[in-house]
Parts: sequence; C-alpha cells; structure tokens
Amino acid sequence: MTKEERYDKLKGIIKIYLPEDVDVKAIYPNSNFITELNVNSANLVDIVLDVEDAFDIRLENEDMDKMETVNNALDIIESKLSEK
Amino acid sequence: MRMNRRVVITGMGVCAPNGVGLKDFTNALADGRSGIRFQSELERLKFGCQIAANPLVKDNMLTNYFTPLQLRGLNASGIVYGVIAGMDAWADAGLEPNTSDVPSWDYGILFGTGILGVDKFREAILMIDDQNVRRLGSTSVIQTMASGISVYLGGNLGCGNQVSTNSSACTTGTEGVLMGYDRISGGKAEVMLVGSCSDSGPYVWGGFDAMRILPRGYNDEPTKASRPMSGSANGFVPGSGAGAMVLESLESAKKRGAKIYGEVLGGEINSGGQLGEGSMTAPNSIAVQRCISKAVQNAGIEAADIDVINGHLTATAKDSLEVANWSAALGRKGTDFPYVNSFKGMIGHCLAAAGSIECVGSVLQFQEGVVFGNINCEDAHPEITAVVSETKIPRKTIGYQPKVIAKASFGFGDVNACVIFKAFTD
Repeated sequence: MTKEERYDKLKGIIKIYLPEDVDVKAIYPNSNFITELNVNSANLVDIVLDVEDAFDIRLENEDMDKMETVNNALDIIESKLSEK
Repeated sequence: MRMNRRVVITGMGVCAPNGVGLKDFTNALADGRSGIRFQSELERLKFGCQIAANPLVKDNMLTNYFTPLQLRGLNASGIVYGVIAGMDAWADAGLEPNTSDVPSWDYGILFGTGILGVDKFREAILMIDDQNVRRLGSTSVIQTMASGISVYLGGNLGCGNQVSTNSSACTTGTEGVLMGYDRISGGKAEVMLVGSCSDSGPYVWGGFDAMRILPRGYNDEPTKASRPMSGSANGFVPGSGAGAMVLESLESAKKRGAKIYGEVLGGEINSGGQLGEGSMTAPNSIAVQRCISKAVQNAGIEAADIDVINGHLTATAKDSLEVANWSAALGRKGTDFPYVNSFKGMIGHCLAAAGSIECVGSVLQFQEGVVFGNINCEDAHPEITAVVSETKIPRKTIGYQPKVIAKASFGFGDVNACVIFKAFTD
C-alpha cells in the first residue's frame, strides 16, 4: 500500500466523524482532529478502532495519545504496518 | 405559588407494533389490526411464549431520523423507536429542531424507559468478558444509559429546559405525561416532549417468560393470544415500541396557531406501598382506587363526566380486579359505566412504552370521533360483565364523540398513574 493509498483510506474513515458543517475537503495532512476538524473527542476512540480494522493493526494507549493530527495517525499506521 | 396554566397536546408520534406513524397506527386501531407475531428467535431460544409485538421499522426509514454517524454501531431498539416517535411528534406539532447556538430554554423533554439498549449491553458484556474492553468504542455508554433516549432527542432538538428520563415500570409513559403537565402547568416550561420507549428482544422479555406470566398456548395463532377482559385471558403478550406527545401551554399553542388534539386536565400518580394486597407484582386496590378518584378531583371534573376509559388491562386474571376498582372509584356500573377499552389485544403489553403508546391511542379517539374496539374479547369475563354492561365494551370500533377520557397505567412495584384528557374547547 502506498502512502497515498493509506491517506485516502484514512480520509474515508475520518469522513463519517466530521460534524455536518465540516466538509471532507477540509481534511489536510496537518489537520488537528479536535481543534481543526471539530471531531468530537469521544469519537477519537472510534476512529482508532476503525483504523485497527481497516489496516489490520493494533494501536496501544500511547499511540492514541500521540494521535493529534492526520499526519500523526499516518505515521503510527506506517510504523505499525512495517512491524508486521 | 402554583400557576395552574392550561396544558394542551399539540403533537403526537408513535412507533407501535401494529403501526409506525400516526396514520398507520390510527387505521390499525380502527380496524382491530394486531401487531402480535410469531418470533422465530424466541423459538430458537426455547421460550415458552414465542410470540411478541414489536414495531416493524424498515432500514431505509432510519436514515430519515439518524445521521450516518448515529447509525454506526446503533444497536438499541428502544432508541430507534423513541427517536422515531419523538421526532414525529415534534414535527407533527409544527416545531422545528433548534439549529441556533442558543438552547430553547422553555422547551424540555421527559422521555422514559424501563431499560435501554439491552442488545448493545449484551454486545459490551461479551467483549468485556473476552478481555476486550478497549474495543467497546464510544457508543456503549450513550446507548445503554437509561437517559440515552431523552438526550438523543435533546441533542436533535436543541432543548434547554429539563431533559430527563423517568422510570416506573409499566406506568412510565402515563407518569411522563403527568410530569410534563406539572412542569408546564407550574410555569416552568412552555413545551415538554413527553413519551416513553421499550426495547425489543429476548433479553427484555425473557424474565417475564421465566415468571410464567406470558401465554404459552398461542404460538401458532399469535393474533388471538392477547385477550384483555376476556374470560379466556391467560397472560400478557410482551411488546415494545414508543409513543410521544408534545405538551404545550395553551398560551404558547395559541401564539403559534398550533393544532390542538386535546387538553390534559391533570391526574394522579401514587403507590400502594406494597402493603395490604399490594406487592412487587400485585396492585393494592386501595391505592388504585385512590389514584383514580384523586385524578378526577385534581382534574376538576366529576366522575360522571368520564365517557371513555382506556384501562391498563393487560389480559391477565387481574383485569376483573382492575374493572372493579374503576367501578368503585368512579361509583359507576352497568350501563352507567363509561365505554372501556384496552389496546393490548392488538399491541400486547409494550411495558415501559405501554402508557405512552396507549395515551396517544386514547387521544386519537377525540379527533376520530370513535371509541376503538377491543379485539379477542368475544367471551368477556363474567366477573367483568357483572360490573360493566356488555354494551360498554365495544368489540369493534364505534362512532362516538368522547369529551373526557381517563387513561390509567399500573406497574410492577405497586405504582399507579391516571391521567384525564379532555376534548379541547376554548
């Protein structure tokens, strides 16, 4: 899977958690989930679970703590995939 | 200081076993259509009673009521039914969801339930027992907390007054109407969305099957199983669903030019204290009679003014006692007894949702100019016909313009509620 493909897959996951007034086009690699994309903080755990299912990886609590931006998430996904 | 403002009903919604939406439900009650069906899941699980009454909600309907995000992992049938009934009632009242930044301070919600999100809770239990608590996600709590239903609606509608969930077993829905009435009558709110919901499924109904209080002889003829007031009644059929009403101060309703279904005159809520003949599962007749007579008194009417009763009447051996209690409390019998009906012959006993669904059905009788018929009561119980003339127990829907309707619900724990509705006159 290329970096581009991983990014698109992640965007597909994030999309459903965006509030009605935030468009999918607002997602950039450096977007902060909570302060910029207005994702409800409770939904961050759901994004993590969806990422686990979609990429067949497992994220630990410390990974979740580091996941503030879309780029953070991509880095974590990439490192988990490389460990497989 | 008590304000005693007049309170009217300006919107209704329902998600019932025999009809989803007001129109379908009205037609079903008028035609005596049953919502009680054989449930293959209950057969698989070896229930004694393998029939139940649950609303048929089509998947494609859900997208009208829930966002794609809300639908993800949604596994709480009570929330589905409650949101459909509540949102329908709101729209029926001509009200819009609040999309501004300011909560609607004068608009509140009292939406009750007995237990919520049972299937979701099961999902969580299985994951937790499997040492997988981290996989629960964020939806487990909000779908299983009792107040999940009132806050789902509260968020959809942007209400800023009291948003809460009451729970008093099978009395819940009727109690909610009276609690909402009190809040508006006392000047603390202008609009209260009141209602109740109850989940479907084996985990809700199983306990009742274990108590052997459900009919076991009708698995091959489900629509005949629920027989309120009948000599052959032998247990209630478990059900589920939701009913909802928008209660509003007359002042506010007039200002908005809202359609008015009827007026809530008040009523009474009490308990028999599980004393005397009362127990966790049996009503104390002294309390039941007191609840009814106090309701009449609080509503400012005479017992003689009531022309239709919608009873609790679950189709058990206790139906005769209930009718005797109405008769004693109102001091009326024979042909002087009001018309009496129970919708449970068609919709079973929807537990926490029973009161709200049946309040909606009761009030529909004003608009339709009818008394809905009692099905499966060809053989009225002799102890009941000894108190009430057969002519007052309509077997089919009859044309009649009710002016005052009394509706009561009684629940496990010896708790009672009786509400008095009146056809609206300015």
